[in-house]
Amino acid sequence: MAHAEAHAHPATSTGIDNRKLAIWTFIGSECLFFASLISTYLVYRGKSLVGPFPKDIFEIPLVTFGTALLLFSSLFVVLALNAAEQGNRGKTILWLGLTITCGLFFIGMQVYEFSHFFHKGLTMQGNLFGASFYTLTGFHGTHVTIGVVWLLTVFIELLRGKLPPAKALNLELAALYWHFVDVVWIVIFPVVYLMN
Amino acid sequence: MAHSHAAGETAAAEHNFPEKAGEYVRIGVILVVLTALEVGAYEVAHRAHGTALGAAWFVPTILVLSALKFALVALYYMHLKWDGRFLKGIFTFSLFVAAIVILALMVLMAYHYSFAGTLPKVG
Repeated sequence: MAHAEAHAHPATSTGIDNRKLAIWTFIGSECLFFASLISTYLVYRGKSLVGPFPKDIFEIPLVTFGTALLLFSSLFVVLALNAAEQGNRGKTILWLGLTITCGLFFIGMQVYEFSHFFHKGLTMQGNLFGASFYTLTGFHGTHVTIGVVWLLTVFIELLRGKLPPAKALNLELAALYWHFVDVVWIVIFPVVYLMN
Repeated sequence: MAHSHAAGETAAAEHNFPEKAGEYVRIGVILVVLTALEVGAYEVAHRAHGTALGAAWFVPTILVLSALKFALVALYYMHLKWDGRFLKGIFTFSLFVAAIVILALMVLMAYHYSFAGTLPKVG
């Protein structure tokens, strides 16, 4: 019964809930946004005349840890959605809480990385690598932060008992955005950190 | 009539997700393995730099592994595998245009560097 409620949606001309269509269209536009930033990074790769250079400052183990955090958070949020659609409030709280925790740790990792790089002399104005690196990863970090805030609002809704299976779409929309943030990092991690 | 049939087909495809968390966990394990392979390839290429093994294989390998991870998350976690063609179309069209943007900019700037000198010395 709860599952059937979760799957109910209003009749629309496309047969798809308008909010879901909106988030997918937004994700489509975000693809173009990040494509511009990634291509800018690639165009300027190896063109810096002065250091610090990527090989001087990157810490692959730390970023690999951050990558694992985002991958696990994607798994946790899809498990949270699965539990929400089945009306299992306890599991939804557990998985969504873990998702938010992973997101917060990722933001912490990025703040540490940025301050570490800054102390090593990498600035926005210093060289092309600094400008393109901070712009690309900074915008991604901002998206992660927005995703965490969005998931927190859904989490509060859940704790207040206002997320029944019929309203699982509220979590699904936030989860779709969160997965998109993850797939962007799946591209950034090898392009920026591993192929330096 | 045709329109309502298409809408019904899309609605039926929508939300036909797997109910078992086990499938999501299996995909998660595959994603972790692929990430480990990426980092392993990086370490091998890093150590083989300048040797007979070289690192020419590294970029294609890393791109294939990354594309596999991207596809797994989009298909299974974002549920595109079970969603209607309309949503799949929106995402794949966006990815196609994004790929064109990246390739066009890289070709344009490669041409610029090859025939029009280098960038101004700004840093």
